[in-house]
This record gives sequence, C-alpha cells and structure tokens, in this order.
Amino acid sequence: MRINLKTSNPTTKDPLSVLKSHLHAACAATALLLATGSFAQAADLNALIWCDHADPALLQPFEEANGVKVNVKEFEGTGAGMAIVEQSQPGDWDVMVIDSIDIPRGVEKGLFEPLPEDKLPLADLFPQVKMDRSTVVDGKRYGITEKFGYNTIGYNKTKVDPADMQSMAALTGDKYKGKIAIYDYYLPVIGMAALAIGKKTAELTEADLPAIKQELLKMKANAKLVGEVTASQTALATGEVDILVGGGEWVTAGLAKENPALDFSIPKEGAVLWSQSLAMFKDSKNKDMALKFIQYIMSPEGQARLATSACYWGMPANTKAALTDEQKKILRFDEQTDFLARAQPYPAPNADLDKKMQDVWTEMLQAQ
Amino acid sequence: MSATGNAGRALPWALVTPALGWTLLFFVLPFLAMAFSSLTAHDGGGFTLSNNSQFFNNPAYWQAMVNSLQVTAIVTVVSVLLAYPFAWILAEQVPERWQRLALMLAVLPFWTSYVVRSYSWLLVLAQNGVINRALTGSGLFSEPLQIANTRLATIIGFVHFFVMLLTLTIFANLKQLSPSYRKAAADLGAGPVRTFLHVVLPLTLPGIMVGAFLTFVLCIGDYITPQILGGNNELLMPQLVMMQIGRRGDFPLASALSIILMAVVTVAYLACARWLKIERA
Repeated sequence: MRINLKTSNPTTKDPLSVLKSHLHAACAATALLLATGSFAQAADLNALIWCDHADPALLQPFEEANGVKVNVKEFEGTGAGMAIVEQSQPGDWDVMVIDSIDIPRGVEKGLFEPLPEDKLPLADLFPQVKMDRSTVVDGKRYGITEKFGYNTIGYNKTKVDPADMQSMAALTGDKYKGKIAIYDYYLPVIGMAALAIGKKTAELTEADLPAIKQELLKMKANAKLVGEVTASQTALATGEVDILVGGGEWVTAGLAKENPALDFSIPKEGAVLWSQSLAMFKDSKNKDMALKFIQYIMSPEGQARLATSACYWGMPANTKAALTDEQKKILRFDEQTDFLARAQPYPAPNADLDKKMQDVWTEMLQAQ
Repeated sequence: MSATGNAGRALPWALVTPALGWTLLFFVLPFLAMAFSSLTAHDGGGFTLSNNSQFFNNPAYWQAMVNSLQVTAIVTVVSVLLAYPFAWILAEQVPERWQRLALMLAVLPFWTSYVVRSYSWLLVLAQNGVINRALTGSGLFSEPLQIANTRLATIIGFVHFFVMLLTLTIFANLKQLSPSYRKAAADLGAGPVRTFLHVVLPLTLPGIMVGAFLTFVLCIGDYITPQILGGNNELLMPQLVMMQIGRRGDFPLASALSIILMAVVTVAYLACARWLKIERA
C-alpha cells in the first residue's frame, strides 16, 4: 500500500492546515506500520535468548521445517531479561533462555507455563543437569536444561604447567602472578572461591562471605584483569593472560581450531556447574510453536547445533546430541561423567544473600 | 484578532512542539520515572531512602565516584592541553584552503564506531600490541609494559576521543576571534606571548570551557571505554550502575546511583555556567 502525503496544495492553504494534514498522514502511516509489525509478530515465534541461540545455523532448520520466523532478542543477565519482559505486553514473548537457577524467579512473577514432561526427552538428559530443584516448582516443570558446562580453570597448556591447574592453589600463589584473568560474574567465581576454601556451593551463607572475600582478594592480587565474556576470552586467546578463573569449555572449545593449546581442568577442589534452560511464557500466543521450538532445541540435531553455536560452545544437556567425534573430543564429552561427579551446583542465593555476594564482588573489584 | 494573526502566533509553537514533546517524552518523563524508582524498594516494597544511603554507607560505591571524578578530571585537563595547540595550529598555521581538509582529517576517528575504536585501542595497548612491540623491539624495555587493562588505558581511550571534540570547539572559537584584537595588542606594544596570554587565551576561554564541560559530562557517564580498556581493575560509576541491573535487575539502586551521578554533573554545570557567564543577559 502506498500513502500519498501530498493531500493538499501548500500554496493555497495556510501553513497550519498543511502541517496538520501532514501530521495526520504521518500518524496514519505510523499506525499502519505498527499494525503491520504487530501482525507480523503475532505470526512469528518471539524468543528472548542468549547469544548462542542467535546463530542462523541453529535457527534456520527450525524456521524452514515449520515455516515460521524466529524473532530473537539477546540479553545478558536474568535481571535485564526480566526487565525486558516487564516492559513488554503480555504475549509479546513465547520462549526464554534463562539461568536454570533463576527459573523460580520467573515462576514467582507468574511468567512461565508448565512444560509437558511427556513431550520432552527428559530421560535422555544427563541426570545431574536436570536441576529439578530449580526447574520444577510445586511439582510442575517450568524449564528444561538445554546446555551446561563448568566455571573452572581455563588455561593455555603451552604457557602453564597443566599439573598446576589441578589445584586452585595455583590461582593465589606467586607462580602465575600477572598471568591470570578473572571472569567478571560474581556467582560462579564466588562459587570457585568457596570451593577453594573447602565450602560447598549449595550451602553458602552470609557467614562464609568474609573468608570468600579474602580468597577473592588473593585472586585479584594475582590478576591482570577482570573481564566479561569477550574481554576474558580475548585475553586468553591473545596471550595477554595464560589462565582464566571461571573459564571452561565455553571459552576453550570454540577456539580449539584456532588455538588448540587452550584447555580447561576440573581441579581437585571441584568446579562450578553452570546450566541454562528454556522456559515457555504463560501468556504466549503461540504455545504450540513454542513447544515445537523447545522440542527442536532438545532434539539430538538441535542440541548439537546449540552446543557448537558460533557465540560459545557448551555441553549439550541431551546425552544423544548428534555431535561429531571431533566435536565430542573438543568438548571432552566422554569425561563428563567424571566431571559431573566432581562439579558442584551454581550458587543459588536468596535475594538478600545475592545482594551481599554482589557487594563482596564490588569490594573485590575496587581493591587495589 | 484576525485568523492570520492567530495562525502566525501559533506557527512557532507548532514548530517547536515536536522538540518539546520529544524532550518531555524521552527526557523529562524518564527522568521523573528514574527519580521515583530511586525512592522505591527493590523487593517491591514502598518508599525508601535506602538506595541513596547505600551509596554513602558503602566505601566501594563511594570509591566508584572518586575514581570517576579522578579519571574525568585527568581526561579533561589532558584533552584541553592537547587540543588547544592542535586547534591553534589548524586555525592559525594551516593555510585557509587546507583548513577544511585538515579539520576533516582531525575528526576522522569520529567516523568509526566508539566500541570498535575502544577494542582497537585494546589491541594497540595490549602486551603483544603495537606499542609494547615497539618498546621491546627498540630495546627501550626488556619486558612489555602493562598498559592495557589499566586506568592509563582508559584515560588514553578517552583522551583520543575528547581531543577531537575539544579541537572542534576551540577551533570554532579561534576562527571567530577578530584579527583586530591582535593588531590592537601589537599596536600597544605587546609581543606574541603576551598577546596570547592576555588577549587570545581569555577570549577563547568560553570555547575551552564549553568543550571541557562536554568532555566532563560525556566522560563521567561513559560505560564502554572503562569497561573495555580498564580491565575492571577498578569500577567507575557507570559500571557500578550497570552492575546493579545485569543479574539482579535492581533498577531502584541503579536509578539512585544515576541520580547521584546526574547531581554531580549538575554541580559541574552550575560551576561552569556561573564562572563563564554562559547564560545570556
């Protein structure tokens, strides 16, 4: 449809009426555009995602098979994701990728729809990553773990002694001072600091924070930088640092072809298990398609594509993921049973402890 | 009153209404919303001043403001010191016909994305970057210097950007300066140095201060440069604000910190405005 903005002759009308008519036309055009946009969105699948789901290699097969367009919006951090949802209209979003430990937050806000367990491949998942304590609320499943990995020690094996990487003591000793980067996310690294001082991540309380802070300060004293995903990954890849505290397969696997010297260890103290889940919105207008999307992501093919996404690699939650032998080797697929046995869950503090943990992290960042 | 007279008076209002509406919608209302948010509890409770008091009670938060002010002050002073001679050379020494080209070359880095430019600086300043390779290759240093991921790197990234901005404002001021001032000073026996110090510099001070104020405002509120180049070895205020949003979504605390940052900018504006008498009589 074409809109003719020239509804009057400016030479024969006063300026105000010309302006008024143009404003009317502009409003009409805007309304039409908005209406068209809403219509298009209602027919599509709208997904709030992390960057690994934006990979066309992951989305295209689903879009082609189902004749649907997947509109994605990336976010970082559950708080930012929740803010997007709160600023949207009910029904704007169909599915969401979320930290598994944060699913109860979404349920508490009344955002999520229970998922039909009988239509999901739950039996094929690694048992340790089903995370039922977070993904099941009041007996109903609101999320399904799709990808996981470890916040542990990532390193360049040509620059450090791999034997040293079997203990977190290497992170606070003098040997690698100035050769260390810390991943800038307080929960997993606080979890690692807790492991280093012999605490269980699932049992952390406010009383543990002073000792954890001391451990973090020791790590900071040895660190060259504290960086978010890109910065810490770049620092390790370019040789700016040799060790990444909080790193794991999510850093090293994607870079394996370019830099096979990058590796990760699960030290004797253990590692922190991270996991991300998919959830469906209660107000979704496209629940059938949303479920199909979740089923696709959880399928062996979808799992392989998600695990090797361009943004970052990670372990597929489904044991039957259709990975190649080479991909399995890079992800150290066959060692997962041992890794999972030694990993501890992501810290899942309540709101009050969460705030205190973030303040400890802030103090660590400000320490000189 | 005739219809034409009414229309004539209404026209300016009609023309200015979009700008006023824009400001109202995208500045005044969001600001009020932010101010309101800063006075509410994160857990959905009622009115509270705890968000504001946290800033004053937590030394790590307070330190972020100290860091921001220190970095901003250094960046502003260094940028002015570099930009003034640069602008002066462009305005006074470069032939008129080349000035446009010279100015365009001077602001060429503006044409690239701010984020890309910051990452480029990271590569230049890194341990294996251009600067360290030159320093170690020339034998000046045996070990690479730690420049990237430091406050110095943040300052370098900022100064690179703001020197361009200040050059533009100072250049415009210098070009507006009538040559008769200098001729009069010379007639009265003043040498080039005295003319510069007592005539040119005072008359171009408004341009310097406008540029310096813009530098202050943009620098103290910038998140990208310290985040990319500073290596998070210290936090500045915008980083502290963003930190409240990421996982916890604590918009009330983020709002309170933002309001405090805006208050500092307002104080800086009032100080500049009063000193320079920017407002027209």
